[in-house]
Amino acid sequence: MEQPLKETIRQNPKKILGVNPDDAKVALAYLSVSFVSLLIGGILGLLQGLERAGLMQLPSWLNYYQVLTAHGVLLLLVFTATFTIGYQYANLSHSFGGLLAKVRKLAWIGFGLMIIGVVMVATMIILNEASVLYTFYPPLAAHPVFYIGLVFVVLGIWSCCFGVFINYRHWRKNHPGQPTPILAFFAMGVFVLWLFASVGVTIEVLTLIPWSMGIIETTNVMVGRTLFWWFGHTLVNIWYLVATSAWYVIVPKIIGGHHFKEKLIRLVVILLVILNIPGGFHHQIIDPAISIPIKYLHVFMSLAIAVPSLMTAFAMFAVFERTGRKLGGKGLFGWLKKLPWGDVRFLAPMIAMISFIPGGAGGIVNTSNQLNQVIHNTMWVVGHFHVTVGMSVVMTFFGICYWLIPYLAKRVLTPKMSKIGVIQTIIWTIGMTIMAGSMHIAGLFGDPRRTSDTSYGGHEIAASWMSYELIFGIGATFLMIAVIIQVYAVFNMMFFAPKGHTEFPVAEPEEGEEPAPMWTERWGLWIVLLLAVVAMAYVVPIADMIMNAPPGSPPIKTW
Amino acid sequence: MHRLEEIWMTVSVGILIIFMAIVGYQTFSLGMGPPSHAETIDPQKVEETAPFDDPGVKKIGDNEYEVVMTLQSFAFNPSNIEVPAGAKVTFTMTAMDVTHGFQLPGTNINAMVMPGHIQKISHTFDEPGEYLIICNEYCGVGHQAMSTTITVK
Ligand code: HEM
Ligand SMILES: [Cu+2]
Ligand SMILES: [Cu+2]
Repeated sequence: MEQPLKETIRQNPKKILGVNPDDAKVALAYLSVSFVSLLIGGILGLLQGLERAGLMQLPSWLNYYQVLTAHGVLLLLVFTATFTIGYQYANLSHSFGGLLAKVRKLAWIGFGLMIIGVVMVATMIILNEASVLYTFYPPLAAHPVFYIGLVFVVLGIWSCCFGVFINYRHWRKNHPGQPTPILAFFAMGVFVLWLFASVGVTIEVLTLIPWSMGIIETTNVMVGRTLFWWFGHTLVNIWYLVATSAWYVIVPKIIGGHHFKEKLIRLVVILLVILNIPGGFHHQIIDPAISIPIKYLHVFMSLAIAVPSLMTAFAMFAVFERTGRKLGGKGLFGWLKKLPWGDVRFLAPMIAMISFIPGGAGGIVNTSNQLNQVIHNTMWVVGHFHVTVGMSVVMTFFGICYWLIPYLAKRVLTPKMSKIGVIQTIIWTIGMTIMAGSMHIAGLFGDPRRTSDTSYGGHEIAASWMSYELIFGIGATFLMIAVIIQVYAVFNMMFFAPKGHTEFPVAEPEEGEEPAPMWTERWGLWIVLLLAVVAMAYVVPIADMIMNAPPGSPPIKTW
Repeated sequence: MHRLEEIWMTVSVGILIIFMAIVGYQTFSLGMGPPSHAETIDPQKVEETAPFDDPGVKKIGDNEYEVVMTLQSFAFNPSNIEVPAGAKVTFTMTAMDVTHGFQLPGTNINAMVMPGHIQKISHTFDEPGEYLIICNEYCGVGHQAMSTTITVK
């Protein structure tokens, strides 16, 4: 009995496995919150675009920085985190044939904690008690409830992390000698990274609570900033890992092919987990109090991430070419034509992958010392992350919706909805290209980010930015339309699409590929290496910041 | 397939190493490292601590100036600075409240100025004209108004 079942699992997992209905509810709950956040965050983004362009003036009871704080928190944190959890938990349930009951409970607890946290944070932003932007650099001091809300959000995420670890361990114990299904392996990577990403920022927030209440008088602003970016930068690579799980495992199936060598895929996951956290320093290249040799070391540490990225680029194009040729594509580029461009489940992640090329190149600019000095805190940076997050990551997420949501809701993707998805993808691509493109250019001319009005009394260099700001406004309008379509599509597929069965597209290895090597499952070792890299990167600078610290700063409210 | 993979990775890693070498050469041999001054100061006693007890433009050499500057929501002190063409100017700055940015669009001057830390950055102003100085880090509700100029004659 045992053996044949295992064989079927290996050869054709989707025949017997599937997301169990209780797990589907968890995933759908997270995805609902995610797309409500996208809608609100998108509206706020449009307001920002129009205000900067001078096309609109916010009412006196709503200031630009309140809007910007909410846009950052809702999109950067809430939208991406809830999407990730919904999608990764669905993957886990599908790979393992259902979650353990206690793990499902942890996911619901996490959901509750995150909702409480987000409500606290949002209330403080709306009351104008927390216009500190999503980076909340001290000594800007928000209301204590804002920080307490953040703690709840982190606890919610941790609850989901532990859920994944427990289920992984349980599966490993029951399947000795068998490699974990690849999507579950990705989920481990994502949640391990999340746990270690949030350690630093949690320490920061826990010190800011008593400080903002007046119990502690001062805080170390440099350490706060450094701990924030330990988290902030790692978050970027958490999304990236989530997106690559779809690139490597889902997309090949959608185009009718097989996934790349599993050993390489796993190596990429492991490298992303180990090498990631130190990248945070590239946000502090022009800060005082970090020595030049340390900054140089971090150029290297940031660039190390390019290695797994380039491996991914190679692997993906190899899969596309192989599949395109199998489908009859001829010549040097004929295989490209054979790919299913009209299928939104392919088109959206494909554009996402392509936009990772300019996104990655921009990242190399940002991380190199001298170029950073030209673009730091200019609109270039905003353009950069709207390409990397707004395109590479978010468009992958959008593409996932078109099979995941009907699958979970036991409905189907109608041809009409698929077409709407293609239109949405095109409008989003146009909007982001226009907006992020003009942001990059304006930034090169010095246009600062996070600034409600950049007229500076009509100074001529400021006047030269104005036409680009108008273009941001145009791009933002396209994006708003695309957001509305996407949110409509998500909730339509969740509640109104025709009932039926949808495929959960998981690619399988090529014929005759060796199974994944078991040494890749040594998460204890990967965590030790991760900690060693973090120690290498952070011990010296943080010890220096603490031992040579100036007297601290008291809480200050300047809005 | 395997061979192609090896070539791709070798070329990729090679490019990264070359890139690191260029950044390293610029940083250490050409002295183009980013602003990273290490001195500290009590952020609540800036006005009593030298040199910030007397902010202003100081001549320190032959067409060489030091601008001792404090940044506070939402102003630079001194403001509306004037220097002669060709002057080498070193800005010595600290923040009196929250974190600010110091940027001169059109030049490579861009540095974070934080409470408790003294930041320095230098530039030679060869081209005459009126340069805009802006704060490029969000510092509060009047952040967009935090600007001044430096006029090079
Ligand atoms: C309708 C779509 C969107 C529009 C129109 C939009 C527009 C904007 C604009 C104009 C800014 C610049 C504000 C400034 O620096 O003064 C901005 C900032 C930002 N956006 Fe978006 N955006 C959109 C979608 C997204 C998405 C999907 C994400 C991430 C998932 C995102 C994340 C951010 C972040 C993190 C900032 C920086 C906030 C800060 O500096 O504190 N945006 N957005
Ligand atoms: Cu980063
Ligand atoms: Cu400012």
